[in-house]
Amino acid sequence: MAALLETQGLCAFYGPTQVLYGIDLAVEDGGITALLGANGAGKTTLLRALCSMVRREGEIRFGGKPFNPKQAEDAARLGIAHVPDGRGTFLDLTVEQNLRLGAYTRRDRAAVDGDLARTFAYFPRLEERREQQAGTLSGGEQQMLAISRALMMKPRLLLLDEPSFGLAPLVVKDIFAILRAINKEQRVSMLMVEQNANLALNLADHAYLIETGRMVIGGVASALRADEAVRRVYLGY
Amino acid sequence: MLNFELASPVEQTGRAAVSAPRAALVVLALIVILGLPFALSGYQTFQFSRVIIFAIALLGLNLLTGFNGQISLGHGAFFAIGGYASAILTAKLGVSYWATLPIAGLICFGAGFLFGFPALRLGGLYLALATFALALAVPQLLKFKPFDPWTGGVQGINLAKPQPPLHLPLTRDQWLYFLCLVVAAFLFWVAINLVNSRIGRAMVAIRDHPIAAEAMGVDTAIIKTTIFGLSAAYTGVAGALSTIAIGFVSPDSFGLFVSLSFVLGIVVGGLASIWGVVIGALFIEFVPNYADQLSDVFGESAKALPWAIYGLMVMVIMYAAPSGAAGVAKSLARGVEGLRRRTANDGDRRPAKSG
Amino acid sequence: MIALIHQILSGLAMGSIYACVALAIVMIYQATHLVNFAQGEMAMFSTYVAWAMIDAGMPYWAAFLLTLAFSFAMGMAIERFIIRQFDGAPVLTVVIVFISLLVIINSVAGWCFSYTIKSFDSPFPATSRFGQGFISPHEMGSIGVTLAALALVYVFFRFTPLGLAMRAAAQNPTSARLVGIRVGQMLAIGWGLAAAIGAVAGMMAAPIVYLDPNMMGGILLYGFAAALLGGIDNPWGAALGGFIVGVLENIAGAYLVGEEIKLTVALAIIVGVLVAKPSGLFGRAIVTRV
Repeated sequence: MAALLETQGLCAFYGPTQVLYGIDLAVEDGGITALLGANGAGKTTLLRALCSMVRREGEIRFGGKPFNPKQAEDAARLGIAHVPDGRGTFLDLTVEQNLRLGAYTRRDRAAVDGDLARTFAYFPRLEERREQQAGTLSGGEQQMLAISRALMMKPRLLLLDEPSFGLAPLVVKDIFAILRAINKEQRVSMLMVEQNANLALNLADHAYLIETGRMVIGGVASALRADEAVRRVYLGY
Repeated sequence: MLNFELASPVEQTGRAAVSAPRAALVVLALIVILGLPFALSGYQTFQFSRVIIFAIALLGLNLLTGFNGQISLGHGAFFAIGGYASAILTAKLGVSYWATLPIAGLICFGAGFLFGFPALRLGGLYLALATFALALAVPQLLKFKPFDPWTGGVQGINLAKPQPPLHLPLTRDQWLYFLCLVVAAFLFWVAINLVNSRIGRAMVAIRDHPIAAEAMGVDTAIIKTTIFGLSAAYTGVAGALSTIAIGFVSPDSFGLFVSLSFVLGIVVGGLASIWGVVIGALFIEFVPNYADQLSDVFGESAKALPWAIYGLMVMVIMYAAPSGAAGVAKSLARGVEGLRRRTANDGDRRPAKSG
Repeated sequence: MIALIHQILSGLAMGSIYACVALAIVMIYQATHLVNFAQGEMAMFSTYVAWAMIDAGMPYWAAFLLTLAFSFAMGMAIERFIIRQFDGAPVLTVVIVFISLLVIINSVAGWCFSYTIKSFDSPFPATSRFGQGFISPHEMGSIGVTLAALALVYVFFRFTPLGLAMRAAAQNPTSARLVGIRVGQMLAIGWGLAAAIGAVAGMMAAPIVYLDPNMMGGILLYGFAAALLGGIDNPWGAALGGFIVGVLENIAGAYLVGEEIKLTVALAIIVGVLVAKPSGLFGRAIVTRV
């Protein structure tokens, strides 16, 4: 399968400080790729670099073409939807308003209602709460909302930053199952940052491991999961 | 990107003037400053007296805003209070003009100190708002009818300009100039010592890291209110000097633009720069003068133009050189110093040839 | 009794002007956390532009609408070319930039239009069958026009996609970017709208306070007082605050402190609100992260 997203020598900087050093990775078209590593390894920074939210150097190719959005909003308009850590929902707006904002830049207005219905099919709890203020939703529901809003953009690639953070295990299980369904049925490729390596490796096809801004190892998820040395040294289990 | 570098107090006045070129500069400056009133006409001397007065007012504001980080858009109010205090004391209570200076200072210290209390609870933007309101409200307050017997209402108060003491061969303007100079010298000396003291460092700490300062035991509340009072006192003394110099006060001399020109003045000279206020004062005094010249050429309304240019200049300064003239001067000095050191070192660096 | 009703209605008329100014201030504050000290001067300049058009023979309402368009463009331009250059700058820097803007606009107005006071005729008839003795036609018209403007703005933000996007951009610019909203554009439009609303206030105020470059100083102050009273992060609270302040000003002026020091009333309201309840009557409590 071709790579939807490829980076070569990707470096990222917060001001004068460099935090990513020459990352090479690829996300397969139609696949789920996990990005693992400890706290502070640079996983969130990598997602931000992909969306031009931080200063970056190096090459990115998206859909086979060079990818150089000037600002985050350009990256979004080019087909990359980023669900940031902390969810980033518009807390003062209703669930439905949040979702419709996801569709703000879309040209195909008519299809938006259909997509809204499909979202509610994946996440019935959101439909129950569609007129509620997003700030009153539980953590799990907000995560669902954040993912749905990103999906309303009809992206080719979904970036997820720690979707399991702060959520109860059962809720996470639910969400991850829905993510797998979305990936298969809607053919949305995903790049997922996760601290919970076990969960991520169960969901993903491929995985990369980052440590203090450098790529340590990458490969097929099942292989990494099976490799005891990798698990014990890098993933802690 | 903006590099908002404010001078730390020690950095800018702590260096002892020991080098020869520096001493020569100081002597030259002294000659100019002391000789001015004898070289210029009466009116020009009067203009430079006003420069000194504005420098004192700006110094007061700079202590509060530049060094202590409390934004005041309303210092014209203290200028007015000091000015009116002096006028009322002289005209209605028969106090000698020079005695009105410390009294006006004390009154304004009290006013500033009192305003400093509610100011404690207001962060930057809100304090700016509140002092903006002060600047707009004070001229109206000065016209308040029940106060008329004291303030002279809209007509204001007329005073006689002070004569030099009998034995000195000075004109009135020259005497005034030296009076302002002596007061300024004293006030600048106090300010320099304050800023280089522990309190000065505390002031700057409060400006830059208020929470850390508090956590380290700095009594933020006392310092902030006291500095507010002191800053008001300086500007009040300047106001009193201004009344003495002009011989007249009226509510319309203390409108919003007085307060705003003070703010623009400290920016041009350099926030947190003691000597920069002189440059700011020069601007405030001479910019409106060009107004008159312009209106001769471009018509009556062109009087307004220099202010537009002034405002534009300040904007450009905030974009390109937020530390104002003093900052530019310091960068230049640093650049020259660096160049000097490098050329000195290059001479020693040539390796000794062997063999 | 009649006098009291007259004072209240008059207060509501002035209050409608304060409500517009307060709304403009809060709109910009919500999106940028900045107080536009130059709001009054911008409104004044727009009013002069309207005056110039009317003076050249244009019918009032045509000039009114064209002025709104001009103000919108002026607001966008100021945001794009001046304010944006100072994005992320310290508070003091930004305050100084706003003050400079105030001074520049005031001076340019003085230069272009001179400092002599001009009269600005009200578009409303001098006498009317309604409200005689209680309220003048201009005051009624003023309330009508400003309420219409406020209603239009409300509808825009509540029911249009662009309005929703602007609210999102103001609340959470980062998230807004991530869904593709051009936050910079939203800011510029917000400034344009604020400038237009300010122009409405200026044009309604001019027949009452007469047209001169310093006309908006006191009105701006009352706008600030209203915005703080209503809650500086609540646009509709601020608008309501405008009406309240208008009535308070009139009542205080007529019965308590006298006409001449009404601005001191504004000062008292501002300092009072900031010290006692900074979030205003309807705003949210402001919590700062240490």
